Amino acid sequence: MNQTINKYSKQIIIVNSIFILFWLTISIFPFIWTLWGSFKVKADFFSRADWTYALSGFNTLIETGATTTFKAYLESWTEGEFGRATMNTMIVTVSVVSISLFLGTLGAYALSRSTFKYTFYILIIALIFRAMPHITLVSGYLFPFFQLNIWGILPTTIIVLVAINQPFTLWLLYSFFKTVPKELDESALIDGCSYFQAFRYIIMPVMWPGVVTAGLFSMMLAYNDFTVTALLLNQHNYTMVPKINAYLGTVEYGGNYMWAVSSVVSATAPLFMIIWFFQKQLISGLTAGAVKG
Amino acid sequence: MPHRTFIWFILPTALAMILFIGLPIVSSFFQSLHIENEQVLMEVENCDPFGCTTNVRVDVEATEKIEAENPLGRFNGFGTYTDRNHLAFDEIREAWDNKTSIGEFKDIVLNLPFYKALLFTLTFCFAVTPPVIVLGFIVALSVNTLAKNLKGLIVFGTILPMIVTPLIGSLVLFWMIDSQGIIGASIQILFDDPNLSLKASSNLTWITLIIYGIWHNTPFAFVVFYAALQTVPQDPLEAAYIDGATRFERVRFIVIPHLYPVATFIMLICLMDNFRVFEPIIGFSAEGVAQSLSWMIYQDLRNENKMLFGSAGATSMLTILGIAFLLTPVLIRTWKEFKTER
Repeated sequence: MNQTINKYSKQIIIVNSIFILFWLTISIFPFIWTLWGSFKVKADFFSRADWTYALSGFNTLIETGATTTFKAYLESWTEGEFGRATMNTMIVTVSVVSISLFLGTLGAYALSRSTFKYTFYILIIALIFRAMPHITLVSGYLFPFFQLNIWGILPTTIIVLVAINQPFTLWLLYSFFKTVPKELDESALIDGCSYFQAFRYIIMPVMWPGVVTAGLFSMMLAYNDFTVTALLLNQHNYTMVPKINAYLGTVEYGGNYMWAVSSVVSATAPLFMIIWFFQKQLISGLTAGAVKG
Repeated sequence: MPHRTFIWFILPTALAMILFIGLPIVSSFFQSLHIENEQVLMEVENCDPFGCTTNVRVDVEATEKIEAENPLGRFNGFGTYTDRNHLAFDEIREAWDNKTSIGEFKDIVLNLPFYKALLFTLTFCFAVTPPVIVLGFIVALSVNTLAKNLKGLIVFGTILPMIVTPLIGSLVLFWMIDSQGIIGASIQILFDDPNLSLKASSNLTWITLIIYGIWHNTPFAFVVFYAALQTVPQDPLEAAYIDGATRFERVRFIVIPHLYPVATFIMLICLMDNFRVFEPIIGFSAEGVAQSLSWMIYQDLRNENKMLFGSAGATSMLTILGIAFLLTPVLIRTWKEFKTER
């Protein structure tokens, strides 16, 4: 029966394939184009005369002697100190992911196992906190941080990102822990484990699928953040995304567009690779709150 | 779980959230009640062989002293909320009293910074969300019919716009749409108008930003719809097939009703996310014609002479008020879900 229902007529298959191809072009082509253009000089990628120069590398050939050039990459990584920004992003991302998973698993486990009513209010408050635009929070941070003299350094930004990330992590892990049968840790409790021991020896070994998903989202938040890092870090400590923005506008870098183009490629490539490996977890996390049959 | 154990488990995360989400909101509110210190002016007499002149200039020492005593500024109550850069009550009243037509009044009000930003923010929200839902649904239906071994690759391709941060996403598009980029230049040739560009008119910029918004948000709608499609019950579909329903009718009368709750969920999340639109404006360098509420806060905090904490705080509070409106339905929904679970 299922076979006949799901059989598609030829027209549908053709129309469908065309649509999918069209859609994929829209979603992927901009990235391919940027990747391609990052190996050209500015006069080609932003060509007033003829956009086909970007394909043929007309000016690139004149300026550098070859149709592709690594000039933008070399310059941005050396002169532009993009390596430093990459290092900062790695420090921030790794710290944010590990700290927020540590706090999040403990909190979410407690929320999923407590039967008292206040768990519900905590979750609702977390939901409200999650909806707060980050920029409004940043406007609240700056003044106290200046007074306490902790503005501009990485640890402050890490803690702030961890906190901003907690509501989502809590919700995600909470709904995950709900699916772990209560009997598992209850039997451990009866055998004389403390709650912490039950968590450590019974729950931790089985919680990895949920933790990977939550970690993936923490990583994306920390890696992609612009609002918090641009306003809470000083220029010297910038992570990749604010650094790219700095290449575009500030006097210091003279609006060096090709640096920004090559840095965009340097910043997105690792992200795409990670997502390629963890695609399933990403999708399960996105749909956790939405689909319940 | 006993209360005591529960507290130890929840304490670290609760502390982080209270200190860095709860308190900043309070701090923002306090800042919004204050305004920057006034500069102390003094008169200086300059005498030279041709006579004496008195100049007014800033007394740096005295100003710094006040600044050190009162770093937050002086108390201003709700003055910042009603000033020209925010709710602008006086300006609106004046415009209303002196109006010759409703259109003129509208023009004046929508040129005030806050209302201008609000108009863009709301336009963006409500122009982006419906196409995102429709497009996301179509893409999900379409991917769902594909052969299994193709799906993984195509899903990956589809979600790329969502993964990159809005700043990078908008830059990547901007570089193509810019008058010197591939699409921008082609359009100029197509319409044979060398001056046609993104920055030529505010309408074009708004449309570009909205197109970007759709591009960035559709993958989210797609993913959620795609997962929901896997839960559509097969029995009614079969029954409809036997009764002679066409493919379109089956989608229209069985699949779509099944997905209504999911669609409202996507709509609410989309509206909330887009209400904070900010990074695309920077990515597209569209500050001149399109300002959003979040962008206003950013601008106050980026002010070159002095950070305008009061002004930023007031805009933040008004933004949070807007979010609260949008959030209420989500909260009610969650509340109901919890009630049914128990």
